[in-house]
Amino acid sequence: MRWWDRCIMAFRSLFGRANAGARLNDELSSHLEHQIAQNVAAGMNAEEARYAALRSFGNPALLREQARTTWSWGWLESFAHDLRYSLRTLRRTPGFTAMAIVVMALGIGANVALFTVVRGVLLKPLPYMDPRQLFTLYEADSHHKGGHKFLPTDFGSFSLWQSAIRDRAEMAAVSPWQDYNVSAEGGRLPEKIDVAWCTWNFFNVVGVQPALGRSFAEYDDRQDASATVMLTNSFWMRRYSGDAAIVGKTIWLDAKPYTVIGILPATFVFSSSFGGNTLQAWTPVRHEAPPWLITTFEDHEFLVIARLLHGTTLPMLLDRLDALQKQIRRTHGGPSVHDGAVGHSMLDDAVETYKTPLYALLAATGCVLLIACMNVASLLVARAAARSKDLAIRAALGGGRLRLMRERLIESVLLSGGGGALGLMMAWGALQWLIHARGDMHRVEAIQMDGMVAAFTVGLVALCALFSGLIAALSSTGGQVLTVLQESSRAHSGGTSRAGLRRSLLVLEVGLTVVLLVGAGLLLKSYQRLRSNNIGVPTENVLTMRVGLPAVSYKQPAQQVAFFEKVIARVRAIPGVVGAGLVSTAPGEGWNGDSTMIVVEHPPLPVTEMSDIQLRGADPGYFAAIQLPLLRGRIFTADERLERAHVVVLSQSAVHALFPNDEPIGKHIKSPDENTAYEVIGVVGDTRWEVAEPPMATLYGPIYGNNYNWATIVVRSAKNVEALALPVQKIVGELDPDLPVFDVTTLEQAIGKSTMDSEFDSLLVLAFAVIALLLAAAGLYGVLTYLVTQRTNEIGIRLALGAPRENVLRLMLTDGLRPALVGLVLGLAASVGVVRAIRSMLYATQALDPAVFAGVAATLLFVAALACLVPAWRASRLNPMRALRTE
Amino acid sequence: MGKPNDLVQGTLDLLILKTLRLEAMHAWAIGKRIQQISGEVLQVQQGSLYPALHRLEQQGWIKAKWAESETGRQAKFYALTAAGRKQLEAETANWNRLSAAIDLIVGEAS
Repeated sequence: MRWWDRCIMAFRSLFGRANAGARLNDELSSHLEHQIAQNVAAGMNAEEARYAALRSFGNPALLREQARTTWSWGWLESFAHDLRYSLRTLRRTPGFTAMAIVVMALGIGANVALFTVVRGVLLKPLPYMDPRQLFTLYEADSHHKGGHKFLPTDFGSFSLWQSAIRDRAEMAAVSPWQDYNVSAEGGRLPEKIDVAWCTWNFFNVVGVQPALGRSFAEYDDRQDASATVMLTNSFWMRRYSGDAAIVGKTIWLDAKPYTVIGILPATFVFSSSFGGNTLQAWTPVRHEAPPWLITTFEDHEFLVIARLLHGTTLPMLLDRLDALQKQIRRTHGGPSVHDGAVGHSMLDDAVETYKTPLYALLAATGCVLLIACMNVASLLVARAAARSKDLAIRAALGGGRLRLMRERLIESVLLSGGGGALGLMMAWGALQWLIHARGDMHRVEAIQMDGMVAAFTVGLVALCALFSGLIAALSSTGGQVLTVLQESSRAHSGGTSRAGLRRSLLVLEVGLTVVLLVGAGLLLKSYQRLRSNNIGVPTENVLTMRVGLPAVSYKQPAQQVAFFEKVIARVRAIPGVVGAGLVSTAPGEGWNGDSTMIVVEHPPLPVTEMSDIQLRGADPGYFAAIQLPLLRGRIFTADERLERAHVVVLSQSAVHALFPNDEPIGKHIKSPDENTAYEVIGVVGDTRWEVAEPPMATLYGPIYGNNYNWATIVVRSAKNVEALALPVQKIVGELDPDLPVFDVTTLEQAIGKSTMDSEFDSLLVLAFAVIALLLAAAGLYGVLTYLVTQRTNEIGIRLALGAPRENVLRLMLTDGLRPALVGLVLGLAASVGVVRAIRSMLYATQALDPAVFAGVAATLLFVAALACLVPAWRASRLNPMRALRTE
Repeated sequence: MGKPNDLVQGTLDLLILKTLRLEAMHAWAIGKRIQQISGEVLQVQQGSLYPALHRLEQQGWIKAKWAESETGRQAKFYALTAAGRKQLEAETANWNRLSAAIDLIVGEAS
């Protein structure tokens, strides 16, 4: 009962406060009237009685206050009072308030956005059962050139691993880079989809249950099983509008019937360093892959996913696998059998490449926030300094020190809170943009704002408020009430000490800005290096698109060749086409296939010295169309096709690798595992398969033959090549309506895509650095302007005594530039350490690039000088008479 | 009475509760009653009386009601609640114990 009464009481005193205040007044005046009445009864006249009553009553205001303090929520009342006061002061200076809130919003918004990304991508566990027990295993090879540490696994090794390690881990194999043509059906267009092959136990290993239907069973994963497929949720929703009746029905993949046995849940996304978020369907590997691929140790097409049984650690597992793999190498020989096993957690596998860039960006936003806080703190200190007299008077009249400090803090809480709210909106916008612009990023689907992000924002706001508020509060309650009160306009001791605090803040700000600028400079330089890489052919106005011919409807090589010839002949006839050709994979658009090659006429080489050559197929017209120069010999002719297709054209670096000392033309090369030898008939220029990688030795064989059942159509025009995409697609559609055309892109777009990471990181860091530079410049400007105002009198005296105006200018400039210089030196020193952390993000750029460091120093000094020049110049133009009269 | 200290405050609460035991009263009358009954020894200042009354009200020991006073004016009448009665008993017992103890000491010394 008591607590209930108390609650009601508390509730009433919280919400009936105004009423209760009026009642209190009534009560006190009724008391006064009683007293007056008594006094009158005692014989005083009315006026006397009133005064006597008032005298005995004491100070009614104080009495009221004392009564009020016994009510509950007294703290809330005084807090509300401070809040109102702070709001009023902030509203009186809208410019300052808006500026401070925007500055805070930039800092908080950037941090919240980045934190959301880091949390979603790097920290959130994968959406599988007990994901910490899941690891992705790879092979390693001590002879491998190129430094790739994690090499995909062959199925032969996987089978041995699986049976040997049964007591330690459950293992599944996945091949995530398969694709199928989905046939047109029920009014839906044909399309090409990314598909993964997996062993039947894959979904058991990761612990994912299908949303509909069933998972693969052992009897699906056999060569003689009937064809089955599981669809991802997004594909099911998109193509079949979420129709549950599709389970058990047949769909056509590569013109063969497949039974849909299950639909995966919407939360399931496969993530690996080889992608996976574009996968649309899963098929059982032993049914899909050719039988030789299941037994070979030399074709590496698989990722191994292992769930460690409890009590097993990754090093334990890898020790055994490594030994096993070495034994496989000894037993099976072969130049492409690997001799080691490596692995890391499945989460690391998915996001390892994003770790450094994301943490670097997070650090950059952290710097921006710190700078923003310091700027706001510096503004608050300036305000406190301007109000020092007001504050001193309040302190002298008995204003509690804590109460005054609380006011400062509330002010900064308001600013940070406003900044946080605005920043949250900015972060939301930035995330929408990011998810849209960086759909290629692994685990982008896991990025979302949730309770954790909200808590982070609140924490950040509190931290900023405390940081900037405390700096301001500590500097304003110096405790020297008397000094401030006595300080006449001609004494400046208090003012300069506060400027000293602001100066050290500035040094820090400039230092952080320098670090950001150096980082941005290095990333930008690396991006430019990357973009200026020549892939070996002119990239303007080149359109590429791919077609794949399903083996079922194009069984004979002659059928495939006939189709290719028809397509390219009709494409060349389109008006506006300058040149067109067929190639298996266009330059800058990725890896094709590779093989070790030996020269038949040369003495045999040891395995470790054989050259790895990238293999491409092309039609005779391709080289002219892409403008790849023929250096020696000739291109293959139109009739070197099918069984006569045993001729090759080498790239310049392939010639260097295979024929270091002699003439290549007329010689023969072959793969060590095969018997067919190919005659070298010509040499062409080098191309890059990926813009960030050095050119690789390449050989071109006729695409008319050599088992090419897919091709990239390359079209060059004089201008506006995008307009040709539709006519080319139409031609393919007329020849075979079931055939999807995919990856339609210009060469420039393809290259842009592969440099997107670099572009993205460098531009973002640059943006942060520019914000930091602006803030630092604003800080410099603010402090110097303040100093000039403080020293107006002194400058007036100097000028009146005959100091040249240039001297005053120099004096003020050095005053303002000193913190900038100290900050610059500190920042450069810190950068030397910091850039080591982002070294892995740099392409062909030294971490300690002197040009970048010099450029940053020059930029910073220039901006700092600009920021200081205005107030310094203003100081030197002061009218001495007016300056002397300034109070 | 100077600035109210803890002992005085506690005692004032007891005095107010005791005064209100028989009938509801308004603040002025409470002050007067304490003064009269104590033989003009205890003068309750308004500065102590009102905070004490409001505190007791917040605690739920007394409740207030506006009514017409004997002079025909509206006044705020305070009355003891059930909880207040219990509190009065507890505080009375406490006071008796305390004053007896003090008596023992002071009486022996004299």
